[in-house]
Amino acid sequence: MAVLTDLDLKHETIDTILIKYPFAETFLTNNGVDILTFRYSSLDDYFKSLDPEHIEDHAIDPENLLNQFAQFINQMLSFLGEDNKIVESITILPGYDKSGVSESFTEFVIRKNEIVSIVGPTGSGKSRLLGDIEWAAQNDTPTGRSILINEKVPDKKWRYSSSEKLVAQLSQNMNFVMDMSVFEFLELHAESRMVTDRENIIKRIIEEANNLAGEKFDPNTPITALSGGQSRALMIADTAILSKSPIILIDEIENAGIDRKKALKLLLSEEKIVLMATHDPVLALMGNRRIVIKNGGILKVIETTEEEKEILTEIEELDKKVMTMREKLRNGEKLTS
Amino acid sequence: MNLVTVSGPPSVGKTSVILKTIVSLKNRGLKVGVVKFDCLFTDDDVLYEKAGVMVQKGLSGGLCPDHYFVSNIEEVTQWGLENNFDILISESAGLCNRCSPYIKDIKAVCVIDNLSGIGTPKKIGPMLKSADIVIITKGDIVSQAEREVFASRVHSVNPSATILHVNGLTGQGSFELSTLLYDKDENITTLKGKTLRFSMPAALCSYCLGETRIGESYQMGNVRKIDLGKKEI
Repeated sequence: MAVLTDLDLKHETIDTILIKYPFAETFLTNNGVDILTFRYSSLDDYFKSLDPEHIEDHAIDPENLLNQFAQFINQMLSFLGEDNKIVESITILPGYDKSGVSESFTEFVIRKNEIVSIVGPTGSGKSRLLGDIEWAAQNDTPTGRSILINEKVPDKKWRYSSSEKLVAQLSQNMNFVMDMSVFEFLELHAESRMVTDRENIIKRIIEEANNLAGEKFDPNTPITALSGGQSRALMIADTAILSKSPIILIDEIENAGIDRKKALKLLLSEEKIVLMATHDPVLALMGNRRIVIKNGGILKVIETTEEEKEILTEIEELDKKVMTMREKLRNGEKLTS
Repeated sequence: MNLVTVSGPPSVGKTSVILKTIVSLKNRGLKVGVVKFDCLFTDDDVLYEKAGVMVQKGLSGGLCPDHYFVSNIEEVTQWGLENNFDILISESAGLCNRCSPYIKDIKAVCVIDNLSGIGTPKKIGPMLKSADIVIITKGDIVSQAEREVFASRVHSVNPSATILHVNGLTGQGSFELSTLLYDKDENITTLKGKTLRFSMPAALCSYCLGETRIGESYQMGNVRKIDLGKKEI
């Protein structure tokens, strides 16, 4: 594809540009260009029509703006043009722990639709491992680890592109800070992801979120009015369906008002790789493998044993019991033994 | 010596981000110095000193902080050279969202936070739009979706910048930032002859000169009136 330059954009009418590149509207409006009045003028004419005082007041730099506009369109074209090359696997190649001792594994491959748990005390180096993956380390981080994607040295874009990040994070935080309705919020997110079929995607996210949360909410609820469980459910459903990142890191899912097993299933159904930092046995044992981190290094990788799987069934039942009791209390019922 | 200018609205976490990044720079054996520009008060210099970083602070007081910055950056650069720093970081708060104390060919970093609201990238002028690197902080207190929306808004006003998320409390992302700051082939000996990336706002009116009284008869020089419209009823 030919690369667009500022000269290509300078003399075209804004209308022509927007017909060719509908997504360009975001750039123009966010940069304060009056696209309604100047729809049939070129950007050059638009800049010429502004008096110097206006340019000074609004800190407009026409040359820079045109340059950045061309860059924006080029980036978006390459972003849209990619047929979503799916990340099939990530491979971690060993580095060193904090004392400089080599990590003992030869390579660790995680494939899509897989859950891997990460365990280890606070400060043991879990974030650094995640950092290495997110930055697609090439023996150039403090741990000396390298990361491969689909068994190859990854493209630099994973480091520097703002629209394509390898890792999406579901942190322990359960609050939203934006003040808008669930629908508006999802619409905004869908818009930033340049999704075309917004209505349907939003509907699906809300359905899935309601499926995860104990109490249902409707699209007009302000996101700040959602309960902890509902917020969590919405965050998970939204990240599963709308986020482009192939890897999802979950930092503990609290056992409050949300079906955690369903949540993980939803993430896996969207072809994600799930990494989960947790010490909750119900979650930690759901992964087929778990990485043990100590002193900044990967100490070992443990496969979940048959015995552990049996234990998991037991605790899951216990978990279910507690959930049922919770539900009863919520509904004003009495508990019976 | 490398010079890096860092700016951003007050309280976004500039100092925390710089402190965490300095740890990674020092691990590479680099000697780092900091100059902190502020308006009325700062005790961030104590934080830098505690971290074993040589620091100078400059308070602009009654002057425009960004004008004060440009008037002093050359002297500060010479101070950095005398002390044999490998990298000198200047930190200043963008107080009016219009200014950018960035210099052509000198690495410019803008720090903003996720909490400032999605309209903010649009409101910040050259400080954000002409930065080379944009750091977004406080990502741990918002959702993944909010982080993505905010980053895409930043991208739409400055598509040429590298956008990184850094957590000033845990330091997550600061190592990555440190790799973008130092270039061993870059060697600055003076800023004389260099220019700002963008002109600073013009202002010279009676209030600049100490006038305190209100009323049209006291206003002289570069004065502009608000447009309240003249709607007929």
